[in-house]
Order: sequence, then C-alpha cells, then structure tokens
Amino acid sequence: MGEEKNSIQDLLEFFRKLNVKELHNVEIEGDIEIEVDLQQTPIFELMRAIGYELGMAGYHLMNASKMLGYPVEVFFQPPQVAEVPVQVEKEVSVLSELIREKFEEPKVEYPGVIEEIVIGATKADGGTRSNVVKVGGEKSLPFYYFDALMPNTPKVTIDVFDMPITLAKAVREHYQDVMEDPGDWAKKAVKEYNADMITIHLISTDPLLKDTSAKEACKAVEDVLQAVKVPIVIGGSGNPEKDPEVLERAAEVAEGERCLIASASLNMDWERIAKAAKEHGHVILSWTQMDINNQKTLNRYLLNKIGYPRDSIIMDPTTAALGYGLDYAYTNMERIRLSGLKGDKDLAFPMSSGTTNAWGAREAWMTGSPIEGDSDWGPREYRGPIWEVITGLTLALAGGDLFMMMHPGAVAVFKEICQALYGEKDIRLDNIEQWITLEVEE
Amino acid sequence: MKVKSPLEIYKYLPKTNCAECGYDTCMSFAANIIERKVKPADCPFMLEEKFKDKLMELEDLTSPEIKEVVIGVGKNAVTIGGDDVLFRHDLTFFNPTALAYDVWDTMPLDKLEERINTIKSYTKFYVGNFINLDMIAVRCVSNDPLRFKEVAEKAAETGLPLILVSFSPEVLRAALESIGNKRPLIYAATEENWQEIARLAKEFEVPVVLYSKDLATLQSLAVTFSEMGIQDLVLDPGTEPVGKGLQETFKRVIQLRRAAIEGGNKKVAYPIMVVPMTAWLIESDKLSTTYWETVVASVFIVKYADIMILHSLEPYEVMPLVILKTNIYTDPRKPVAVEGGLRTINSPDENSPVFITTNFALTYYTVESDLVSAGVDCYLLVIDTEGLGVEVSVAGGKLTASVIKETIEKEKVTEKINHNSIILPGLAARLQGELEMETGMKVLVGPVDSGRIPGWLEENWPPK
Ligand code: SF4
Repeated sequence: MGEEKNSIQDLLEFFRKLNVKELHNVEIEGDIEIEVDLQQTPIFELMRAIGYELGMAGYHLMNASKMLGYPVEVFFQPPQVAEVPVQVEKEVSVLSELIREKFEEPKVEYPGVIEEIVIGATKADGGTRSNVVKVGGEKSLPFYYFDALMPNTPKVTIDVFDMPITLAKAVREHYQDVMEDPGDWAKKAVKEYNADMITIHLISTDPLLKDTSAKEACKAVEDVLQAVKVPIVIGGSGNPEKDPEVLERAAEVAEGERCLIASASLNMDWERIAKAAKEHGHVILSWTQMDINNQKTLNRYLLNKIGYPRDSIIMDPTTAALGYGLDYAYTNMERIRLSGLKGDKDLAFPMSSGTTNAWGAREAWMTGSPIEGDSDWGPREYRGPIWEVITGLTLALAGGDLFMMMHPGAVAVFKEICQALYGEKDIRLDNIEQWITLEVEE
Repeated sequence: MKVKSPLEIYKYLPKTNCAECGYDTCMSFAANIIERKVKPADCPFMLEEKFKDKLMELEDLTSPEIKEVVIGVGKNAVTIGGDDVLFRHDLTFFNPTALAYDVWDTMPLDKLEERINTIKSYTKFYVGNFINLDMIAVRCVSNDPLRFKEVAEKAAETGLPLILVSFSPEVLRAALESIGNKRPLIYAATEENWQEIARLAKEFEVPVVLYSKDLATLQSLAVTFSEMGIQDLVLDPGTEPVGKGLQETFKRVIQLRRAAIEGGNKKVAYPIMVVPMTAWLIESDKLSTTYWETVVASVFIVKYADIMILHSLEPYEVMPLVILKTNIYTDPRKPVAVEGGLRTINSPDENSPVFITTNFALTYYTVESDLVSAGVDCYLLVIDTEGLGVEVSVAGGKLTASVIKETIEKEKVTEKINHNSIILPGLAARLQGELEMETGMKVLVGPVDSGRIPGWLEENWPPK
C-alpha cells in the first residue's frame, strides 16, 4: 500500500492507472468545509430539476399500496444459542477421500430483448455529433454475461445547468469556474471528467427561478451542441406548465442531433412534448414516479397514441438515494427489467437513472451527524461521492443503462466498476488468498 | 421452501383452531408459515411428544432453500443465509449480509485494541434503530498458534461473533481450544487441508467456511462435509477484486445462488461468503483502495453475499455499506408508517414549542432523533399522512391545514401550551397562511431539515 495522500486527486490518479482515459487537470482545493446556507438546501434546485420530489411521491404511494393486504410485522427473534462446553480431543472420524462432484452451471434464457437505442447523430445521419452512444440491447440481467453478453456498458451523462445553481461543495468545487457558461461547463465535463454525454437542464425557465422564455433558454442548447461533440440530453425545469413549451422548442432547435428529450411524464402535457420530439427525430425519455404500472401505461401511450418508434424510447422509472428509498427504486427497476426480458414489450426499453439524486441524502452533504449516538460520519467530501457511486451501482445491477451524474470522482469509480463487471479490464490478481496474511499498512 | 400452499402445511397442524399461536385458525397460521412470518414450532402443540414426527416433517418441508447458519452465541449471535428467492420482490431477503471487520495477530497491541473498540462501538442511527457491525474476523499472520489464540481471546471479549482465519489446522485448534465454545466460524477448509479442518469442525461443533475458486471443488467439499455430518457450512468461491477476475467472481456468486434456489441443487444451498478486503492486495493509495473495497462490497451486498470480510473502518465506507445492506434486506411487504398523534420529546412544559411532522417512518424517526439528540424540550405533532413524507404529502393533499387542525383539536394541543403557536416544517411553508386562518394560532415556519432545528430555535424561539 502506498503512502496515504487522501485526496480525490489520488483517486482519479488510481483510476487513470487502471485505464480510464482522459482525466486530467482535476483541481481539488484542500479546504473542503462546506457551509450550508440555512435557508436553502444545497440541492434544492437540482432536486426540482430532476424530479426528486415527484419521485418521492411515487415512492410513498407505492408504500401505501404495499401496505394493503399484508399483515403486521415479521417476527423473527434472533436465535439464542447457548454456549457449549469445550470438548477437548473428542474422537471424531472423517472421510478418507473427497467425494468428487460436478457443478452444473445454470443457464437462463429469456424470450425478450431490450431495445438498443442510439442517441446522437453523426454527419452521416444529418447531425454534428462526433460519435453516437448506444444503450440497451440486453438479453440477460445486467452483467450476467454467462447468460448472454451485454452489448453495451452503462453510460454516464453529466448534468449541466443553464444557470449557476447551489450545489454541495464537494460537487461545486469542480464546476465553480464554468457555472456561468453551459458551453464551458459541458466542455469541462467531457474533456476532464470523461462524460459519455451531457445533460443540459433548462432550469432557468422555471417560473420560480428566472422564468426564462423557451426561446431564450434554447440558446444554452445551441451553446452546448457547439461546445461538445458528444450526444446530449435536454431537460426542462420539471415545471409541468412550462416544460411542454420549453421542450417543444428545444426539440426544434436541436433537430437532426437525435438528442434524448427529458422528459414526457404523466403529470404534464406529455403529448405535446412527445409529438415535438418525434417530429424532430429525437429519443424520448418516458418518466414515471416509481410505479411499474404507470410506466407501462405511459410507454403504451407513446407507442400507440403518438406512434413513437420502438427504437427511440428510454425509461426513467425514478431514482431515490441510498438510505432514502433506494430499495424501492432498485426493486421497481428490477421488476421492469425482468418484465421486459420475460417478453413484456411495453417495458422492454433501456432505463435511465437520475443518480445525482444521491446528493439529497443528508449523509452525502452534511458536515456531521445531527444525531447523538452516531459514530463519526467522517469527512463529507468522501461521503458524498461514494453515496453517488453506490446509488448508481445498485441501480446498474437492477438494469439501469444510462446514469445522470455529477461528481467527477463518482463518475470515475462508477465507470470503473461497471467496466470491470462487464469484462472490459483484462487484468487480474493472482494469489488472492494472500489477504489472509496481509499486514495492511495505513 | 418445498411447499407452496397453506393447505400442504395445514395437514400437519393440530387443526383445533385454538388460537394459542395468535392466529384465529390453524389455516391462518399455515398461511403465515408460507409468508415466513412464523415457524412450525411457534404452535405450542407441535412441541408435544405426539406431534414430534409431524413437526420434524413440517420443519423439513418449510425450511428455507438456503441453510441458515448461526455464528456466535448469546444476544450477539448472527444468523446468516435463509433465503428463499433470487429477487427481493418475490418475498423478501432474510438475514442481512453480516459484515465482519478484520484484525490480525501481528498488530501492535494498542492498535489492536483501538481497532477492536472501533468495531465494537460503531453505531449508525437509521429508521428508528441503531445499526452495529456484526463480527470480527481474526487473521493469523504470525503462523504462531499461541499468539493467534491470544488475539482471538481479546477479540472474543467484545462478545461479538468471530471468524477465525487461517488455513493452518494447528493455528485454528489453538484458538478453538480456548474460545471454541463461542461458536466462531472457522476459515477455511480447502482441497488441501479439508480433513483436518473437518476434524476441528466436528470436534468443536463450529460452523466452517469451504473455500475454492472452482465451483466443482467447492461442491465436492460441501458434499463431503455434509456426508460427514457437518451441515453448518459457508461457501467462499474466492473474491478476485479487479478486472476479469472480479467479473468471474460475480459469475461464481450468482451461479452458486441460482443453482441452489432455481436449479434445485441442494448440495450448494449454503450461505455465501465474499471477501472485499482482497481489494487491499491492489497496489494503490488508501483512499482509492477504500473506495474500491466499498464498491466491490456493494455489488455483493446487492447480489447474494450472506457474510463478508472487510478491512476499512473509514466511516465513509462503513456508513454507506450498513445502509445499503439495510435497504436491500428491508422487507418490501412491511408498512413504513408510524402512528399519528402528539409525542413529547425530552421534558416539555407549557412554554415549549410544538413541531409538526408526518407519519412516514423515515421522516418521523429522523425528526424525533434530531430533537432528542439536541436536547430540545418540545412536543411533536405527528400528522397521519398515510405514510407520506412532508413535501409529498403537501403536494398530494394529505398534509393540509384542515388535517392539521383536526389533529390539533383531537390531541388538545392548545390546552398544553400557553403561547398559542405551532411550527410547520420548512417544506410545508405554503400552508402557513391557511393554517393561521383555520386555527387562529400563530404559525411559524421551521427549517427544511430537522437537523437545523436547534439553530432555528435560537433565532426564533420564543416567538415575538
Ligand atoms: S396454536 Fe396451533 S393448533 Fe392452535 S390455532 Fe395455532 S396452529 Fe392451530
């Protein structure tokens, strides 16, 4: 073990060594103290933009429905095993030969296949992107390569906002210098933080923030398309009255680029959004609040009422943070993926996760625990990123394909573990038994 | 479990519908066995001599697919295994992944004691409970049986269950002769040492880990041990921490569990051990390795590890892992609401503030514990929002001025205070005007996170 340097810089260095390409010039200040503005949680605007609140609504409603029909608590007492006296040198006999067995590897084949979706368009297809991003196409559960190869690794799209917003300091310090300009912001996310895609959230259009007009806001879309050549996601502010107009305009402005339009949702005029997105050749994000039945309904509407092509739909079944409903998000996604694989064509689409929601957990951003009796929470600049990684990773294991993230360290670690599980890293350690006698230096 | 319908279980029960078990009928008791909420022996009559055979048969029919193995003794004993399904939505997962943290026998004494103490004293408050760490894994580095025994004894003083880690039977024996009565898990039997280890497992009646990266060998060991009458087994298919090795580790873990639950291969239907601490074999700095150990552990908390051995006690690793295991092993069938009503926090009097919150368990316990910890004397008025959090219940019309007013009246709040004021959660600020009109009380808006209530009170209490 090398000497302890304890910085995100080292972390990035480590993953660079492990072949993560292009992560340079990451500046991290020594002072990581975040002062939390008393009137404003750092993540509020962010949460609104990515639908945290509504997500939680679905989560709670699901709880309520879960309660019906199930009797009270589970009563399992911890076992009480008594100490047995030590019996020294008891006569015991053992077999003289090992009984040799074969292990039958189970193999599971599903009738269904998840649609493979191409996001972005290169010159050949009438766009200006330098590459496209493919997600989905699975015939097995995520990373179950022994059932069927996964055609695409999970991809990361980094969040960019069309105005400066309050963020947890651990995140903010990486974007502080570019927050005034969405183009610069996007550039930094791609060049330095290895984003596969960029999400531009047009949150300034929110009547409660700047109430920017759709036309005005769409300049940011053009800026980002200019600044970076990766495919992009275009998001609104989450305001149900304003979003249809904003996203309609954005779809028009970005015609030919095959963006992902985020999103069509049952709580707003999804028809208007979807029609515009379809007309201008974009992929649509079908967003529901943690309810598999609503997800199916909205997908059917898109397919049947709008005639949305099957190769242009991605779902966002809603992400809740580790400790704050992740279990529901996980199970919801897992059920959706299994339904798709088992042949429910209405649910056989790739899934996107608003992983940045992880920063809503107080464990991710608070200086320390407000609760007496808790062990020390440790430095929050390390807690926050790991919260984001685990939230994303758990959902990747449930079937997530596209991850909206923010912290560069979290992005690096998340990609690294996904690539390892995907088998992209042709390295291995010999003699793993050595952990038994390892003297760990700290 | 082998049976799928209550009828199949009913046949074995006394059929008297006496309700001693807490259920009205034997049929309803049977239905709860299927749901794994009770066990056959919870019917007192099944313990009688004349039902002995039926009880045995029924226990066999209703035992979980994956064997349950108990490690340790007394109140700290930990049960691992016991799962019946591959997906938590099909029932629930049982017995959260046990997390064992390592110490080794060449650590300086002061470091050793400090580490043991950190493991023993770790607590994280979560949804009404404090989560602790489960076990200590004692590794033999010295190859000196005496030294190992002493360190194991020291770790055993905590009362936490132990894993004794060494491939050497002599080393394990030394520790077992001293603390074998505490039911430690011994690690591990391999293709090389299995006979000696089997002897120890039998002699001391302790559970044992079988280790091989080759699943055929692992199954061979399991069958051989079972044949010798050793059933308390844990399977370690080897944890390779990076690259293709990690990918293959994932495959081995999944295949073991699928074979046991879906493939009907009872020969490998035992708890699975994963060792994320192999991440410490990678050449790197401490932060990166800690992160890597955390993500490797996370993968296997989600996917089927019943017990794991970890190294880093950095809070930013431990905290997310204990919460992740709690999340994944939460029973999805269980309600998440607490009762509505007025609670007293610490010792309030007529001058104390009254805070409003909702009955969503996560919200309630967070607010309650924040207030208790901060030593705030106050009342907490819990509104029944059908288990919804504040923000959501405001949006969904479950937390309204009139619902709050009803609860205030029902709980006779105004009789308990002399200041006629009440405090809304920051996230319900928009109800302020209406609530003032409906109740005639002075309505204050508190902070958006209850962790900030103490600071808020300094500025805003008593009300002007
Ligand atoms: S206690 Fe036993 S006999 Fe009585 S109702 Fe319950 S299951 Fe039936």
